[in-house]
Amino acid sequence: MTAEVGTRTLVVWCPDWPVLASDPEPAAPVIVVRANRVVAASMAARAAGVEVGLRRRAAQRRCPSVEVVAHDPGRDARAFEPVASSLDAVTPGVEVSRPGTLAFATRGPSRYFGGDESLAERVAWMVSGALGGRWPVRVGVADGAFGALLAAQAAHRRGVATVVVPPGEAAGFLGPHPVASLLEAVEVPDVIDVWQRLGLRTLRHVAELPRGDVSARFGHPGVAAHRLASGLDLRPLAARHPAPDLAVTRDLDPPVDRVDRAAFVAKTLADQLHARLAADGLACTQVLVEARTEHGEVLARRWRHEGALTAGALADRVRWQLDGWLTGSGATRPTAGVDRLTLVPVEVVAARGRQLGFWGGETLVDERIWRAVARLQGQLGAEAVTVPEVRGGRGPGERVVRVPVATVDLTEDRPAARPASITEPWPGQVPAPAPATVLAEPEPVVVADARGRPVTVSGRIEVSAPPATLALPGRRPVRLTAWAGPWPVDERWWDPERHRRRARFQVVDQEGAAHLLAVEAGAWWREATYD
Amino acid sequence: MAVPAPDLVALRELGDRVRPLSAAAERVLPVPAAFADLIPQGGLVRGSTVITGGSAASSLALALAGPVTAAGQWCAVVGVAHLGLLAAAELGVALERTLLIADPGPQEWAGTVAALLDAVEVVVVQPTAPITPTTQRRLIARARDRGSVLLQAGGRSDAWAAQPDLTVDSGPSRWEGVGIGHGRLRARRVRVQVSGRRGAVRPREAELWLPGPEGQIAVAAPTRTAGSVGSVGSVDDRRSRGPATADAPAWRDAG
Repeated sequence: MTAEVGTRTLVVWCPDWPVLASDPEPAAPVIVVRANRVVAASMAARAAGVEVGLRRRAAQRRCPSVEVVAHDPGRDARAFEPVASSLDAVTPGVEVSRPGTLAFATRGPSRYFGGDESLAERVAWMVSGALGGRWPVRVGVADGAFGALLAAQAAHRRGVATVVVPPGEAAGFLGPHPVASLLEAVEVPDVIDVWQRLGLRTLRHVAELPRGDVSARFGHPGVAAHRLASGLDLRPLAARHPAPDLAVTRDLDPPVDRVDRAAFVAKTLADQLHARLAADGLACTQVLVEARTEHGEVLARRWRHEGALTAGALADRVRWQLDGWLTGSGATRPTAGVDRLTLVPVEVVAARGRQLGFWGGETLVDERIWRAVARLQGQLGAEAVTVPEVRGGRGPGERVVRVPVATVDLTEDRPAARPASITEPWPGQVPAPAPATVLAEPEPVVVADARGRPVTVSGRIEVSAPPATLALPGRRPVRLTAWAGPWPVDERWWDPERHRRRARFQVVDQEGAAHLLAVEAGAWWREATYD
Repeated sequence: MAVPAPDLVALRELGDRVRPLSAAAERVLPVPAAFADLIPQGGLVRGSTVITGGSAASSLALALAGPVTAAGQWCAVVGVAHLGLLAAAELGVALERTLLIADPGPQEWAGTVAALLDAVEVVVVQPTAPITPTTQRRLIARARDRGSVLLQAGGRSDAWAAQPDLTVDSGPSRWEGVGIGHGRLRARRVRVQVSGRRGAVRPREAELWLPGPEGQIAVAAPTRTAGSVGSVGSVDDRRSRGPATADAPAWRDAG
């Protein structure tokens, strides 16, 4: 065993931060959903059996009164800024790992406040105060940031505020944790998956492997995970403090005080920093975002990422930070617009490049796509650029929704964009093939029988007469050569306000054009066309 | 031994410089097998403009864009808010590599399309206003430079100042599986005619399943050159509407 030990670190972890960030009623059941999966749930929702990873609908089944909130990383980060700034009195070295989790080295503050225990309790008390005392805050101290994070999570399970792992005992503390807990710190799901299948269940099993063998078989990601499992820092040796001239600065004239302009500046500056580092073969793992306002105030916050920050991830963090400052509460909010923005790479590592997955499946998002997306977001607004995601539903328009590109990670695998991700049956679903034209707003049409009288559908789903002609708005009626239906759709019968009762038809006119029609309360609508 | 860090800027420039020398197959984007015989080059030529029309205009555009996204490239849709995305997935478009841009309006339209031609392989559009010759030249130059394809999914065929390189038109659809008050739409047979300015002087046409009973895109009746003495009995009645020409397909639906 080497004499190397991880840097003694304190981690503050707010469980289910995305729920807190959405500012719910303290006792209300709330879930935060991303790509149709629960990413965080409030205590009340968990008490009703909701778990992270559940589908939205399954969560609603377990807890019908649950409030569903869409995930918004920007909101999470904005809400976290007051928490991070509440600790500025304790240490200047607060690093935000991600919204809801922050870390700092305890060496100085611990001596000042009389030991790790009293420091941890003091920090828990201060953060809890910043959150209004309504939410649990967990603090862990251990050798290495990963150990400290697991200690904070252990505190949560034990229902206490703080857990302090004594110096030198990090490896023993980590040992019994499952291998999957490595995913909290490093994004190596493939390596973890293989280890689990090889029978390595706990971090102790992993730590017992010879490092050379892990390196030979699993490469850089495997070594990183192995180091964490052994209670060491990810890379105390490789990280170095770069020359100050790598920092990028931009003077903003006029000063930025609006969030949308801040986003644009963040993107360009992050790209600039990333390009400058890349030219030197470096990647950034910790960045200092510094803003100066017209009145001379200087705001600064560090962001850390366990992997190397890509240009997109860097831009996200800068944007979140500016959002946090510009929309903050009175105490932290600057008194004037930001007129200078500086990004300082605090810690850099050699860029190892992003390897295509050894096990396949990963696709590299071209830099060009990032640039085009960022440019169009700046030009047309962030909501104008969307990506499709598949949802459960009956009508063709309900089954694919458009999600703002800002809320998804294009570099990650997105199973929610594949129709195969919906496995539950939907009774009453319009069968394949799907129409290639789906009207955003159904348009009113007239369907008549052979004698020119409007066709009606009774409450018992009986058609008054076979449909014979169809008149689209502003067109002459055309003869129908085939029709099928009615297929009743009785949706949300439990909710009087959103209850809809419709019957769908497929019709083919004499020119071969096929339409999907719906009749509701006696009126006919064209929903889609099979063109 | 210390290895100097690569000069990425220089490498990228070098990559750009050697691009035109890449293999011929790379200058063509893949299309479904059923279209391979219809299109003279066997695929969508990078840097070209394509327009689809007729009773299956949207489906044709989606089917043509599908294999490109399946091969790991990206596709973007500008405007065309009514495009059926579920149908896109069924016709082979990988939705995880599709960007959707809300209608940018006439002022920003050209700039948006140009930015996307830079970034993705296929840009699906449906211009609502006529496109000036200058704008069209600029977009085509951008597409040629980047090797992307501008694909118009139905809509007005006269929006472009100069005719697109490839016109993929469709005759009336024949739906199967639906009767008078029973069944449901299951499969469609449609005559597809491909004509163009370059390399496809004589329009080629074939009857395709779009989609077939199993959701596949397949040839229902073989390819032949329009105007030749065909012997495909079931479709001869349609040809009586007159020979099609390269510039103006004789049968064109309003849709």
